Amino acid sequence: MNGDLWRDKLDAYVDESLEQEELAGLEDHLRTCGSCAAEAFARLQLKRNTRAAAVARYAPSPEFRLRIQKTLDTNRNPIWKGMPKLWLATSAVMVTLIVVSVVALVRYTPRQQLVAELLDQHVATIASANPVDVISTDKHTVKPWFQGKLPFTFNLPEVGNSPYKLVGGKLAYLNHNPCAQLLYELRKHEISVFILQDEPGMVLMPSAFSEKGFSLKTWSQAGLRYVVISDANAADVAALSEMLRTAH
Amino acid sequence: MPHFARLFNLAVWLTQDRASAEDLVQETFMKALKGFSSFRQGTNFRAWIYRILRNSFLTSQSGLKASVSFDSEDDGLPEPSTGETPESVLLTRLDRETIQNALETLPLPFREIILLCDVEEMSYREISQALGVPIGTVMSRLSRARSAMRSLLSSGTKEAAR
Repeated sequence: MNGDLWRDKLDAYVDESLEQEELAGLEDHLRTCGSCAAEAFARLQLKRNTRAAAVARYAPSPEFRLRIQKTLDTNRNPIWKGMPKLWLATSAVMVTLIVVSVVALVRYTPRQQLVAELLDQHVATIASANPVDVISTDKHTVKPWFQGKLPFTFNLPEVGNSPYKLVGGKLAYLNHNPCAQLLYELRKHEISVFILQDEPGMVLMPSAFSEKGFSLKTWSQAGLRYVVISDANAADVAALSEMLRTAH
Repeated sequence: MPHFARLFNLAVWLTQDRASAEDLVQETFMKALKGFSSFRQGTNFRAWIYRILRNSFLTSQSGLKASVSFDSEDDGLPEPSTGETPESVLLTRLDRETIQNALETLPLPFREIILLCDVEEMSYREISQALGVPIGTVMSRLSRARSAMRSLLSSGTKEAAR
């Protein structure tokens, strides 16, 4: 192997990612090639200096740390709720191990993953100080906002004469694909409507079901997949779903 | 809280704004709490939670636009350095502030992969999991990122020498 080929291995060398055989060969080469040896030294020093310059440049404020802890403490997930004192007392590594151990007990399925991702997105949206990027009760304002942001379009119902109120919408990601997330209100309940491209391989879900207390309804229409999520009752979710399904 | 300080540091490097980073970290932890079922047994927890942070960042940046800036490596790139010069020696003597400035100037995909590899000391496999790209892509992107970083640092060195 000539010097140029060895030089291509220097990144993997400083990252300690070379196979044993390659490592031995490169180290033999470095003993006889001053140019490559100097280059390896420079790369290693730059890596170390970069880490020293960036590793803890920004530290979270104690107030922020406290705020996050309080947010997590009030979360209803029993796995975490029972642990606030433990968090304060144990190291991050220990907590990580506990979390991973708990996770190992949870059965994983693709459907659960998709549902969890949808619920995550809904809950995070509600918790956010800025839940939507376009704020309007007018569907003629919200729908056009998605133009150029999504590779598809959709119809929204007129909800002016119903108990539902359109809050706005934003772009979200599910399975690393962009989708529209619309937010509606019904009395004090918030309802998320996700609209994404339907794919043949998309995990099948029942048309209506509940998960962790949330009501979900989903259907496929004109190549799009609709998912409606809320903590409102199933009938209210179904009613909005029907309005969406028949929107022109 | 697992990886709290490290995630916050990464979030500020990505967003370049403390307030945005706080929102991002908070959203990440909430999603991590709610999303245990999406954590695959046998995969890396650190890569998993960074992936949540990254996807949240993409969403917070109104998606497609941010996705392009995260994945398009050629936008605003400095020319990669070619050949080795005595600058290699100077690169080993750079002060912390110069390196920080160069890192801030790098395009986002390059800044991200240098942070994951050099700062977080993730393996290529962990980075591959965190970014959702093949290991070969990790290696080539990292090489290009380091070339870009060196170009920035070399030009800074020349400026300082004038």
